[in-house]
Amino acid sequence: MRRARALLALAAAALAAGAVLAQERAIAPGELKSGSAFLGSDLRALQNDDFANPGMLWVERGEKLWREPAGKKSLACAGCHKDRSMRGVAARYPRIDSASGRLLNLEGRINRCRTERMGAEPLRYESEELLALTAYLARQSLGLPVASSIDGAARSHFEAGRTSYHLRRGQMNLSCAHCHDAQWGKRLLSETVSQGHPNAYPAYRMEWQTMGSLERRLRACLSGIRAEMLPYGSPDYLDLELYLAWRAQGLTIETPGVRR
Amino acid sequence: MAARIQIPREAMRGDVIEVRILIQHPMETGYRHDDVGRLIKRNVINVLSCRYGGVEVFRADLSSGISANPYVQFYTVAEASGDLEFTWIDDEGQQGSEHQSIVVKG
Repeated sequence: MRRARALLALAAAALAAGAVLAQERAIAPGELKSGSAFLGSDLRALQNDDFANPGMLWVERGEKLWREPAGKKSLACAGCHKDRSMRGVAARYPRIDSASGRLLNLEGRINRCRTERMGAEPLRYESEELLALTAYLARQSLGLPVASSIDGAARSHFEAGRTSYHLRRGQMNLSCAHCHDAQWGKRLLSETVSQGHPNAYPAYRMEWQTMGSLERRLRACLSGIRAEMLPYGSPDYLDLELYLAWRAQGLTIETPGVRR
Repeated sequence: MAARIQIPREAMRGDVIEVRILIQHPMETGYRHDDVGRLIKRNVINVLSCRYGGVEVFRADLSSGISANPYVQFYTVAEASGDLEFTWIDDEGQQGSEHQSIVVKG
């Protein structure tokens, strides 16, 4: 009897855990849609055209930069990452840097390599060079599932990111969840509200007429809800980026995406 | 100014071939203002031309209605092996060029 009760309790606990997990995922796995699903057929075709996709200009530039020596040590990225394929690497970011224990996105990883290994200046956020290198790296994970880990040291960042995602902000008093969990697929003036996934960034956005990072996109959202925009590379963005990557598990990398 | 060209590497004489070019350029319209309200001067690629074996086969006068990083596609007839040479110039006088060769058989 006692054992049966214990089993029952265990089953109840498992059910509760399952329910919590299900609650965590506001969008059911079957309903998960990449941003490209909310585009018109013309932009989707542009994204899928390896030649005409304007983001490929940055990917090509990134490939050149990858082989170009830089910094005091006159080292190129390709000097260390010689024969190792970078396929799959971008899909795991943001992730904890094992040396410093800090959370890094791909941009942060590139700059850490530059400052620590190459003796070079870090590249400015949204600079053509950083966008090019990030796009080149992410492109190599094309079609691979988003796979960042939220275990271990990443857990607290994930929790912070989740809190940030659900935090009401700005004059409109909206959180990310109000649009991207609760209202996706509906119209916002001429736009269709997307699910807010990061899997196509850096992406070429028509509104910008150029390439931009995920953080630039986050800032655009914050500006849209009349909230304070944080500086590029701020830890709050990193936490949010990790939460977004977890939310997008089940989608594949599309960089360079084309977006409205 | 970076650019990408796509043409078939090989074609049969008389084939209609597709030519595509994508040029990295801001195509500044002249209608935008910067962060402190100053008008940003118009700077667009105003002429794009393509010569095939030295003969001009395509020419376009672009203006501020064309988006940034213009993409242009046209067709021409494969006549002889040779180079397709693109040249363009913007309002600031910056010139760009890119070329690619094609082998024509038959």
